[in-house]
Amino acid sequence: MSLARAIISGDLAELPSRREEDWRWSDIRALVRVLPETSPAFEGELPPGPFDGLADETVEIVNGGGPAEIALAAGVKRVVALRYVARGAGSHPSKLAIRLGARAELVLLESREGEADYVTQADLAITLGEGARLERIVLATEGDGAVAVSRAEVGLSPSASLAQTVVTTGARRQRLETRVAHAGGGACARLDGLYLVGAKRHSDITTVVVHEGPDGTTDQLTKGVAADQGRGVFQGRIEVRPGADGADARMGHHALVLSERAEVDAKPELEIFADDVACSHGNTIGALDEEALFYARQRGIPEAEARAMLTEAFLGAVIERIEHEGARKVVRAFVASRTGDLA
Amino acid sequence: MLSIDNLHVRVADAEILKGVTLDVPAGEVHAVMGPNGAGKSTLAYALAGRPGYEVTAGSARLDGADLLDMSPDARAAAGVFLSFQYPVAIPGVPALTFLRTALNAQHKVRGEAEVSAPDFLRLVRARAGELKMDFDMLRRGLNVDFSGGEKKRMEILQMMTLSPRLAILDETDSGLDIDALKIVAQGVNAMRAPDRAMLVITHYQRLLDHIRPDKVHVLAAGRIAASGGPELAHELERAGYDRYASAA
Repeated sequence: MSLARAIISGDLAELPSRREEDWRWSDIRALVRVLPETSPAFEGELPPGPFDGLADETVEIVNGGGPAEIALAAGVKRVVALRYVARGAGSHPSKLAIRLGARAELVLLESREGEADYVTQADLAITLGEGARLERIVLATEGDGAVAVSRAEVGLSPSASLAQTVVTTGARRQRLETRVAHAGGGACARLDGLYLVGAKRHSDITTVVVHEGPDGTTDQLTKGVAADQGRGVFQGRIEVRPGADGADARMGHHALVLSERAEVDAKPELEIFADDVACSHGNTIGALDEEALFYARQRGIPEAEARAMLTEAFLGAVIERIEHEGARKVVRAFVASRTGDLA
Repeated sequence: MLSIDNLHVRVADAEILKGVTLDVPAGEVHAVMGPNGAGKSTLAYALAGRPGYEVTAGSARLDGADLLDMSPDARAAAGVFLSFQYPVAIPGVPALTFLRTALNAQHKVRGEAEVSAPDFLRLVRARAGELKMDFDMLRRGLNVDFSGGEKKRMEILQMMTLSPRLAILDETDSGLDIDALKIVAQGVNAMRAPDRAMLVITHYQRLLDHIRPDKVHVLAAGRIAASGGPELAHELERAGYDRYASAA
């Protein structure tokens, strides 16, 4: 089942539903009764993007239309802003291939910017050559009525490295999925996430990491905040296949639930079939620390400001791991501007 | 300045304070001593407005203003400072950021000008020096990985910076070695002022060797069981609290 196939075929039965284990917290079939027509090409001018001024070049995919490939030859270093923009109430499927040659280095500043109601699936096929490096930062601000899926498949050659940070405020229903294959040996992946869901918004961050080659490293930290009637979903799965000896995999997911009607669902999974493997996972879901809140208020910080400060501090650890300085500042300012509304 | 009258406080369905009456005039330092479980910390928390500390009767006023009617942050802006027995660590918020946010929040409520970053740093650097604190530590998360003594110095640094009208020090001596105790006491003594009242809560007399109170009150079983001059603290040190415990 896939949203992209449903959009292309027009067959509602193709939509992912809660009957699939993998989609039980992010049912789309129950939500989408009619699949809208594909949106026409967008002719107007786009508003400024969140990463303007930080990239060597900008690639735009508007209403699903845009280039099919971003390729870096061996040894090339580049910063590319990738803007997925939705304008209009149609459906927007898109496919993009990103190829990095050996030792190429790409910083991908990806934004998912949407307004109004639309249905979208963006598929990315990413391959990293030997010793190549990708830092991917995704900032998703989808429309309130959007049903949005992003699915990235990343293949890591030996010694390649991926560092990813997904930052999202959710959508009506949203899945940001990343599948990483440590095909070669000695590759590393950092897969971080940060979600802020309020109102009736939903965010699902799903990752599947498969260690096939030996000595691969995976380090994951996801933190989230659910307020009002928001719902956050984290599904993290790490598989260490036979022969992937020496794998080192760590996964952490920590969430704050700020209201009674907010919800966070988490499913961390480790499956290990190799020897000499170091794996760990930690998962916590709780409320804001009332002791700290009283302490801050005792010093004169008003309650709303204290809540926002503590929420922002809770999320800070994920932001600090972003390596690209400009992107880190953009994300820090973005999170600061949103925590006040949630807390 | 601080006027507490017949204060009754419940915590989780148990009445802890059963009619505390206490006046601390401006310019004076009063000590509240008492056995464990007497309600000393409850008195401190109730004055600061901690959620869960329910005042069922009585009043507490600062310069005539009803404290019990105010939120914890409004009380702070009105001049109430509580030095916590167990200061809270806040990872991700540097101590300097926290303190500057607090100071400017209080200034805003009182209609005073915001303190600029350079002025603030100058002020805090000087105070930290007096308390023999490592300034770089203040760039780290508030109280994160601070030792017990460092946390207490951090409390005194905040008190000095926020310059409250009423300072309540809850067991500030606990967890301090003798050198740290002297430094903290010097900090507190430097804060004595004609327009400031201080309430020093302690189980032991040793802090009062360094901070000489104008009056000493014994809190036992939720009430003030005795009041007197500094000599009362020495008498307690000698005879213990048994007399008051049995009276309860």
